[in-house]
Amino acid sequence: MARVRHPKDFAAGLMFIAFGLAALIIGSDYPLGAAARMGPGYFPRILGILLITLGGSLVLRALRLRGPRIDLESPRPLLIVIGSVVLFGLTAEKLGLVIASILLIGVSSAASTEFRWKEALVSGLILAALSVAGFVWGLGLQFPVWPAFLRH
Amino acid sequence: MEFLSHLALGFGVAFTPLNLLYALIGCLLGTLIGVLPGIGPVATIAMLLPITYGVPTISALIMLAGIYYGAQYGGSTTSILVNLPGEASSAVTCLDGYQMARKGRAGAALCVAALGSFFAGCVGTMLLAAFAAPMTELALKFGPAEYFSLMVLGMIGAVVLAHGSLLKAVAMIVLGLLFGIVGTDVNSGMARFSFGVPELTDGIGTAQIAVGVFGFAEILMSLSRQEARDILQQKLTSLMPNREEIRRAIPAAIRGTAVGSLLGVLPGGGALLASFAAYGLEKKVSRRPQEFGTGAVEGVAAPESANNAAAQTSFIPLLTLGIPPNAVMALMVGAMTIHNIQPGPQVMTSNPALFWGLIASMWLGNLMLVVLNLPLIGMWVKLLTVPYRLLYPAILLFCAIGVYSLSNSTVDVYMTAVFGVLGYVFAKLECEPAPLLLGFVLGPLLEENLRRAMLLSRGDPTVFFTRPLSLSMLILAALLLLLIVAPQVRKTREEAFQEGEA
Repeated sequence: MARVRHPKDFAAGLMFIAFGLAALIIGSDYPLGAAARMGPGYFPRILGILLITLGGSLVLRALRLRGPRIDLESPRPLLIVIGSVVLFGLTAEKLGLVIASILLIGVSSAASTEFRWKEALVSGLILAALSVAGFVWGLGLQFPVWPAFLRH
Repeated sequence: MEFLSHLALGFGVAFTPLNLLYALIGCLLGTLIGVLPGIGPVATIAMLLPITYGVPTISALIMLAGIYYGAQYGGSTTSILVNLPGEASSAVTCLDGYQMARKGRAGAALCVAALGSFFAGCVGTMLLAAFAAPMTELALKFGPAEYFSLMVLGMIGAVVLAHGSLLKAVAMIVLGLLFGIVGTDVNSGMARFSFGVPELTDGIGTAQIAVGVFGFAEILMSLSRQEARDILQQKLTSLMPNREEIRRAIPAAIRGTAVGSLLGVLPGGGALLASFAAYGLEKKVSRRPQEFGTGAVEGVAAPESANNAAAQTSFIPLLTLGIPPNAVMALMVGAMTIHNIQPGPQVMTSNPALFWGLIASMWLGNLMLVVLNLPLIGMWVKLLTVPYRLLYPAILLFCAIGVYSLSNSTVDVYMTAVFGVLGYVFAKLECEPAPLLLGFVLGPLLEENLRRAMLLSRGDPTVFFTRPLSLSMLILAALLLLLIVAPQVRKTREEAFQEGEA
């Protein structure tokens, strides 16, 4: 049984193979056409095969070359930061820019180890005001400012 | 004297109050993000792309260009005073810049960096103006086969000159190409890889991918790093370098400018590589190589000139051939497409005011930057005292608002979040994201030119080898690949990057 000596390359190789397979499988019913008259499926298929080949070489190489381990830290910052952005998407239209901004700032601040909730709240209020002034009034972006139930 | 009339036209455009204002905003923003570690020009330009929608095209491009070269100026300030690269391309300036600061020569180092950058910016802009016309003429002779081969050459070059594993970089390009063709196929009208999401039938936006993969991932990486910042607590008494420093800095700045101008044009080059290469060259030609790392003024002058020169000349392939040589230029393609301008040789003829106006604005911008940087240095340093825990939520918020306002769609926000996760995975697996963005922008172009070339040749793939221009570009690409596989070059390439990291 061969051992994985280069975990980062190994995982990257698997990732590329997965993307390549996805391209081939999803694109399997796109018409291929001919070389002289390529259909919508021709180029994606080339890319899928290339990705699988490249990913495969990475995986094989990872059995030979040595490399550092993947440093798996706590996924907390990732979840909080990405979650705060998704929360912004969920709230922006219904609750308006002011509340959505404060929520994004409040939640995302918690990703830092030096989180202080009072400071985050103040910063959220200031940035929400700045965003409304700058983006909605200044640049004229179409953005609901207040929650839907307060608008008429 | 066509050249002079072009420049006159350019300055006429650049000197309007509105465009001067946007150049100033761009330079200010660029300096700001240059000074602040943890946010780079790619993420910033991506964040601002949506906002430029309502701005006149030329003003938008002037502002975005200002951000790129402004960041090169600002990055040096942080490197010299805090020993932290404000910008990746200023990483190498830390080595000698911070040492100079510790010896009490911070003012001199800052001054050398700013004046070197200004000189390099002027030269780079002149080169851009001079090469624009002949390059455009050459580009107009290109057929689809030549364009295809040129893009292949560009992508190979980007991989060879990029940092990190060759195999991974190629795979990232191919993945980028795949992301690039998501959406409705122009020839058949078929929606590809859209998963039934109506927003995806228009394709993935440049802003979503760049903000996610660069912006969010950068924040996540900085959060896990926890850097201590010791800002140099010394008064900047004098900005003037002494005679000895001037004497040593001038030739270094000239060499740095030459290296930077050349590497900026090359695909995959740009500011980052230029600064590392210029530092390496300085160390090689110096009669006092042992002084490097202990505060040699050449070690500040050369890389800072080089990164700014490269920032200017990397516009040459974009504006004349329509091929972006690096990730920032790929975003400029995005900015042009938002305004319905297809970058390429036709821009200069169909839109001369835009073309020359942008070039002239770069020279004015460089002038503004010297003024912004030298007297206002104290203000920029103050900014560094803002803790990161307050900074990154604000960056996130502006990213989210920017992406949403692209087409007032929350789907775009979610898409960016997905790319943020992907960017995090890339960073963990040490897959450089810059080639991905390049492939992403080139994807549709590459497919289109491949199709056209094959259609014209009636399905004969030898067309790429029988046309001389196309063949020479493919040979060049093959040579580049061979070069990198050869052990000798591989070694020096690794050294060039390690010198900056050591």
